[in-house]
Amino acid sequence: MEQLFYSLLVMLLGVLSCVFYFVGSNWLLLLIYPVKHVSNVKMAQNIRRAAAIRPWLFLGPALFFLILYLVYPVFDSVYLSLHGRNGEEFVGLANYEWLFQDNEFLESLTNNILWLLIVPALSTFFGLIIAALTDRIRWGDFAKSLIFMPMAISFIGASIIWKFVYDYRAEGSDQIGLLNALVEYFGGTPQAWITLPFWNDIFLMVILIWIQTGFAMVILSAALRGIPEETVEAAVLDGANGFQIFFKILIPQIWTSIAVVWTTITILVLKVFDIVLAMTNGQWDTQVLANMMFDWMFRGGGDFGRGAAIAVIIMIAVIPVMIWNVRQANAQMEGR
Amino acid sequence: MANNKFSSGLMLSLRQLRRSPLMIVVHLSVLFLVILWTFPTAGLLISSFRDKDQLAVSGWWQSLSSSEQNIIGRTSAPDQQVLLDGKYVLSGTIEGFALQDTILRFGWTSKQPEAYQVNTIASMKNAGTLTVSSDGQYTMTSLVPFTGSRGKRVFYTQLTSPKFTLDNYVEVLNSEGIGQSFINSLTVTIPATIIPILIAAFAAYALSWMRLPGRGLLIALVVGLLVVPLQMSLIPLLQLYNTIGSYFGVSAKTYFGIWLAHTGFGLPLAIYLLRNYIAGLPKEIIESARVDGANDFEIFVKIILPLSFPALASFAIFQFLWVWNDLLVATVFLGNGEHELVLTGRLRELLGSRGGNWEILTASAFVSIAVPLTVFFTLQRYLVRGLLSGSVK
Amino acid sequence: MVSSTGLTLKNIKKSYGKTDVLHGIDLEIALGEFIVFVGPSGCGKSTLLRMIAGLEEITSGDLFIEGAHVNDLPAAMRGIAMVFQSYALYPHMTVYDNMAFAMRIAKEDKATIDQRVNSAAEMLQLTDYLYRLPKALSGGQRQRVAIGRAIVRNPKVFLFDEPLSNLDASLRVQTRIEIANLKETMKQTTMIYVTHDQVEAMTLADRIVVLSAGNIEQVGTPLELYSKPANLFVAQFIGSPAMNIFTVKVLQTGKVTRIKTQNKNVFDIPISSAAQIKEQTITIGVRPEDFCLADKESCMLSGEIVFIESLGEVTLLHLNSSESTDPLVVKLPGIINKQKGEMICLKTELDKTHLFDEQGISLLYQV
Repeated sequence: MEQLFYSLLVMLLGVLSCVFYFVGSNWLLLLIYPVKHVSNVKMAQNIRRAAAIRPWLFLGPALFFLILYLVYPVFDSVYLSLHGRNGEEFVGLANYEWLFQDNEFLESLTNNILWLLIVPALSTFFGLIIAALTDRIRWGDFAKSLIFMPMAISFIGASIIWKFVYDYRAEGSDQIGLLNALVEYFGGTPQAWITLPFWNDIFLMVILIWIQTGFAMVILSAALRGIPEETVEAAVLDGANGFQIFFKILIPQIWTSIAVVWTTITILVLKVFDIVLAMTNGQWDTQVLANMMFDWMFRGGGDFGRGAAIAVIIMIAVIPVMIWNVRQANAQMEGR
Repeated sequence: MANNKFSSGLMLSLRQLRRSPLMIVVHLSVLFLVILWTFPTAGLLISSFRDKDQLAVSGWWQSLSSSEQNIIGRTSAPDQQVLLDGKYVLSGTIEGFALQDTILRFGWTSKQPEAYQVNTIASMKNAGTLTVSSDGQYTMTSLVPFTGSRGKRVFYTQLTSPKFTLDNYVEVLNSEGIGQSFINSLTVTIPATIIPILIAAFAAYALSWMRLPGRGLLIALVVGLLVVPLQMSLIPLLQLYNTIGSYFGVSAKTYFGIWLAHTGFGLPLAIYLLRNYIAGLPKEIIESARVDGANDFEIFVKIILPLSFPALASFAIFQFLWVWNDLLVATVFLGNGEHELVLTGRLRELLGSRGGNWEILTASAFVSIAVPLTVFFTLQRYLVRGLLSGSVK
Repeated sequence: MVSSTGLTLKNIKKSYGKTDVLHGIDLEIALGEFIVFVGPSGCGKSTLLRMIAGLEEITSGDLFIEGAHVNDLPAAMRGIAMVFQSYALYPHMTVYDNMAFAMRIAKEDKATIDQRVNSAAEMLQLTDYLYRLPKALSGGQRQRVAIGRAIVRNPKVFLFDEPLSNLDASLRVQTRIEIANLKETMKQTTMIYVTHDQVEAMTLADRIVVLSAGNIEQVGTPLELYSKPANLFVAQFIGSPAMNIFTVKVLQTGKVTRIKTQNKNVFDIPISSAAQIKEQTITIGVRPEDFCLADKESCMLSGEIVFIESLGEVTLLHLNSSESTDPLVVKLPGIINKQKGEMICLKTELDKTHLFDEQGISLLYQV
């Protein structure tokens, strides 16, 4: 409890120091470039100078954090990936060479590709279906709210929820996991799902799909609602049926939103870590890059060179999306 | 509003559909999907309230129906025996039997634990008898005196009525350290949510409305950083923290360090989200304030901040959920002492150490997701709004 | 410093990069004058207003407000107030706070603020709404708050940027009258009003400035612009429907200009002309309302009716005539009993016609 007060105090202090910084720097600026009690010419000059400096004061703290916590690490990670386990001796591309003959890495790479193919596709698919269906019924908002809910749950919490669903008891005793109970009910044989190679990957993906479908649904539902009703009416008058309207009128108009959802989930998938850590910790052929990287950070006291090399691989995979995003954002700004 | 507009647009085609079988299919498929999406969580929630013995033997979907359970009870101790008609008799209620349950069958050896129906008389060795009634009353007779210090074992199968309890919660909150971790999580989350907001808001205003060379480039930088994987930052920052920690002779893993880390990691989204909103505010309002004599600082504090409340709320919810649910940053930048381990970290630990104890896991998991779920259901509006403006279009 | 000029613009230019938006505006505005900038969209009228306000930088040239050079002064220190098209009320502040905002920024004392806000509110009938938020007000009330916010600052120059364009038609008339009244009560305040609506311009202005493509076409009182347009652009921009034009040939110059129409009809127009335009092709303009029906003998122009618009108090006839390639429009009072396809005869009083040389400059303005 005590530490909670401490944290509230720090929060207050943090906010106050932010306020102090912004107010103080503004005050200092006005002190250096006064606008009152000076001649008109001087005032105009001072105002211009203050206006040139002020944006940098506003941006200062943000830039500091962005550079220290995100920009510098990108370069440092690249640097470290070319060095040994402590980051001291230069080893050239040795870490990368090691990576590409390491079985665990190749397995992670394959799994990541599998994740990349399946999770964004299915999340977007379910999101679109749900968005389209719920738009037509009265309790649609309620249904959406429930499907959206997993977004609020941590990956680790979701892992526990699903580990419970996948729980396995030896054949003959009552199954307490929902999946095995259903399998048994339909006459199948219960399995320890998360130890079944290949299929266990799918069972882990289900967790992320379960979480991300809500996100896809929200974005796509808004996109569907943003479609001008006239286009639908015109299609109806032209004699299109429900499916034709959906695939030929609605889908083409929300194409960018679908791309947004897809890329956002793709990025998330590349970073997926908690689920694998909690469910299998990479056993039974489920390893992925992010978990492997985390592993190498601490394995045997930590090998920063290899860890950084894996991080760089993840970064390289992200770059195309990054470029696409920046282009989209630029285009959007020019449209303004 | 937009919804009505859209559905009225579909009305033409839907008017015929609405009463048709197709509409029933729509209702049913949505219902099916909702069930698919909610049952896993519902299972967790229900299980966390179940008696731990029941939880281990039956599925949560059976939690409302009674279940059969094989139990070993004991009679009262031999010193309670009475001599009646030349027989030694022990009688009473089986120890450990709960009165609301019903006994179906019983037995007196572990080989045949349910050989007899209730109210029948089982004959034991030495011409002894045992009879048990469904309400747990038993009578055990023997020609020779009962010996030993403990009561005799009685095997019975009972129909257990469903039991719901808060015991699991009491246990995890106290002895499993979830209570302490809850406080630790709050300690991490509150400052890490609030501090970035102000920093981001000022930056967002500068990037929206101030004359600034290279503004487009800076915005592109923010958009680019939006997707930089956290993994890139872990090792360099861990090294940096270690260096700073050893320089000042303090631990590298402190609350202070994790607050700053979350601030840094949260800023791209914060700036992007807030910039989208602030740049969309009417230009004339800002010009009007400028004509009214306000400088940028005054415009920001008196006009922009109050008007940006919805966007600030959106980001606050995002950051709160993200920090509360984070495991990676907490594991790397915060220790795992009793006063540092956050809920997600504790859950991970429990998954390792108490992997089979579902009463512990379900209750712990539910404690950890209760807060974000509350935030989610009360502030969903802002969350949706934030999602819509926060994804790069 | 007492000055009788409200505003002086000397060779004011504006360019964005290589695009020139304004090409050197010279204008003298008297103290207390009500000036309206009109012109088609994109002519630079709003840019000019925003430069006067200090919201856009002046690329070159000089701007004086009541004698003081204000090019480099920030908006707030120019002594101006502005009413925006969207009103730009601060949505999170009450009407009172909206009006008090500028004075609070300037750190005026409470009593002054209170007194000024209340008197402005009284003048604009806003007293009952002082503690409401803008969203609880009607469009007209919001408009008045925007005006009130400008009034309380006691500005030297009052700027309006298309203030009526967001109002519906009936409210527009009402607010126009209110602005006209405002002009009467604030005699010492120079007002500049931007609009694309010529009715607003004609009814409100002391003088109108017609702008086109970054240049001033003409400055003058509303009646001057109507009766003596300086060039073809102004002639066609002011007045609705637009002036009809015909290309004609000059036969004879002097005190009276003799012209020959395309159908070889000859008229003597009582407008003097210089000798060098003899034999040139020039333009004659006749306003739709300056035509009237004629019988065969007095027929100056005949045409076939292609379209009739009956508006009740007037009737607009669209004609095809061999005198002109473009269709003609004639505005006649009352209801006219004519059919589509009918041929009609028209005449006009020749002293109401306008002559423009090859460059489109009115002969009236040529020395």
